[in-house]
Amino acid sequence: MSPDGAAQASHIGEVSGHHSGLAHQFDSLAQQREAATLGMWCFLVTEVLFFGGLFLTYALYRGWYSGAFTAASRELLIWPGTINTVVLITSSLTMALAVHAAQTGDRRSLILFLAVTMLLGSVFLGIKGFEYYEGFLEGHFPGPRFQFEAEHFREAQIFFSLYYLMTGLHAIHMIIGLGVMAVMVWMSWRGTITAEYYNPIEVSGLYWHFVDIVWIFLFPLLYLIGRHA
Amino acid sequence: MPTVLLPPRHYLNNGYGIRSWLLTRDHKRIALLYLAAVTFFFFVGGAFAVWIRLDLATPAGDLVSDETYNKLFTMHGVMMVFFFLIPAIPSVLGNFLVPIMIGAKDLAFPKLNLASWYIYMLGGAFTLYALVSGGVDTGWTFYTPFSTASSTTNVIPTALGIFITGFSSILTGLNFIVTIHRMRAPGMTWFRLPLFIWSTYATSLINVLGTPVIAITILLVAAERLFQFGFFNPALGGDPVLFQHLFWFYSHPAVYIMVLPAMGVVSELVAAGCRKPVFGYSFVAFASLAIAVLGFLVWGHHMFVAGESVYSALIFSILSFMVAIPSAVKVFNWTATMYRGAVSWETPMLYAYGFIGLFTIGGLTGLFLAAIAVDVHVTDTYFIVAHFHYIMVGGTIMAYLGGVHYWWPKISGRLYNEGLAKLSAGIIFIGFNLTFFPQFVLGYLGMPRRYHAYPEEFQVLNVLSSAGASILGVGYLIPMVYLMWSLRYGRAAGSNPWGAVGLEWTTTSPPPTENFSQTPVVTWNAYEYSPKVDHVA
Repeated sequence: MSPDGAAQASHIGEVSGHHSGLAHQFDSLAQQREAATLGMWCFLVTEVLFFGGLFLTYALYRGWYSGAFTAASRELLIWPGTINTVVLITSSLTMALAVHAAQTGDRRSLILFLAVTMLLGSVFLGIKGFEYYEGFLEGHFPGPRFQFEAEHFREAQIFFSLYYLMTGLHAIHMIIGLGVMAVMVWMSWRGTITAEYYNPIEVSGLYWHFVDIVWIFLFPLLYLIGRHA
Repeated sequence: MPTVLLPPRHYLNNGYGIRSWLLTRDHKRIALLYLAAVTFFFFVGGAFAVWIRLDLATPAGDLVSDETYNKLFTMHGVMMVFFFLIPAIPSVLGNFLVPIMIGAKDLAFPKLNLASWYIYMLGGAFTLYALVSGGVDTGWTFYTPFSTASSTTNVIPTALGIFITGFSSILTGLNFIVTIHRMRAPGMTWFRLPLFIWSTYATSLINVLGTPVIAITILLVAAERLFQFGFFNPALGGDPVLFQHLFWFYSHPAVYIMVLPAMGVVSELVAAGCRKPVFGYSFVAFASLAIAVLGFLVWGHHMFVAGESVYSALIFSILSFMVAIPSAVKVFNWTATMYRGAVSWETPMLYAYGFIGLFTIGGLTGLFLAAIAVDVHVTDTYFIVAHFHYIMVGGTIMAYLGGVHYWWPKISGRLYNEGLAKLSAGIIFIGFNLTFFPQFVLGYLGMPRRYHAYPEEFQVLNVLSSAGASILGVGYLIPMVYLMWSLRYGRAAGSNPWGAVGLEWTTTSPPPTENFSQTPVVTWNAYEYSPKVDHVA
């Protein structure tokens, strides 16, 4: 969309008060944008506390069973985990670029960057799936078929319980994020997203960055701490 | 040419079909959907209570088996806590009033609001399924390792129901926070907000911060039960006390989710019933926030006998005493509001008096329990049961009923029968005290809670309690009758039957779908009662 077109659309929105993206309960697009952003931040606060319960549980058992936890964390594959970290950080960059493209009304770049973000998210999930597969083969999944050296058997099982639950919940959040991004691509394709109505992209971006940040904590906690001790 | 007079358009006659209700995004209609749902769950939970009291009328517990009794008190607790007390005031009165009181057309996210109701119903459906397919016997607290390793009943469907319903609390809380921040009418500054809005805001903060923790706790319980992930079971290397920490980190603040909105309702009732501004408005407002914050720092007082260290017990004891300060600020300020006010004896005020008295007893006995030495003596006795029923039934339900009566003319546009309403308020007050006061005595004498049979010397007090429960049950049924009756036969209420101030009384009864014919501009503080506006009705 040309800069002129954007200015004109903004002008029409102000005069009629009926921009197609403006919901009836709001007086202006600015109010709607502030509400949506605040709503997403509130939601992310709930997410922090949701994962917080897991991090607390992790911290407790890490302290109690630190020997077993380092032994168990050495069993995780370091390269897939590292590559995934790079992939996710890159996807945060492309997401930020997508938000910028939305703000400037650059529809083609917007769709491109959203698509790259989705691609990187899918690569992450693919690599994660590979790691899970390897883990199952090694007998890392807790339960009757769990295998580990006898000395740390019970405690290592708690480590892997936490590993599968934490990374599994993170992966579910990634899958939801991919769904959200698919909707965003569709909205951008249809032209709903414009330079003055881009808050869906912005709040989806907030969510995406949050999910990345969770991984930034999970990676060192599960893979790195005490690895070379 | 004769003109046809059409009835004025309002939210109730704006569409009649089933779709106009089930797909509505109007916060007022969603409030009524919640009203129907929480009323249903209240009577389901109440039926279990009656069953429990009936069984306890004899020392041997002749009515049901031990296993059935465990299921009865569990399902009573689950239904009442998660499906009535937590959602009732925010979802029914809050949904209806928050946008109107701040001069908005709707909540910030109407679709999310409707989604919250469906999520609540889905959670309720899971829990009802757990109920009819055999019940659950862990107590509403789901203590591990019993819930993850030993119980053979429907733990997973019940837990799943509570997990799902939690998202409804989170989304409602989020919706209220954003609405109160971003949707206030011009001139409606924070310190002009009605105190009901302040307490709803504080409640929403707890909903958003606390509920996700119970959600993850339930997931951990489910993972341990289903996959033997050893988080809480000592046999698997886990720590059962960790469960109690996680559980009470939500479930103690949840008590304030139940009682804070009730306090907001009482502030409104007292101001309107005394024709005076609430004494010390800003103290009452900040007391709500203080309760929300302190409420997160006292969970350890549920674990004084669970192997908690002496030092943390000491800290939690002191912090629990501190919650009494903002709570007492509220009680003193309501009382000071009444002092030399034009005190009314209409039904909503009767409930407000009931709330203040019973909440005071419930709160003061809470101080007994915050004192470690006393708590060790009465832990897991009927003293605890009596204490929290004074807060939840004597506090929350009294305020909820008072609020329903006060705003009923606004919600329905009709007046109910005042005589019957006063009668049932009296019956509820008498029935309540007869049910729960003997339980303080029973507990102090040593009768444990959750026991199916008891020594014969406790029978007199137990029979008193059971008799009170039947009176209380009748008291709760009467409003059902006359409120429904008023929908068809009640006199038209007019926009302001109480002569009260507040934006909700400036619009018509029932309000139009968009709440106000034009966005109000607020130039006055909350509760500006003066002799002039007294008789505008």
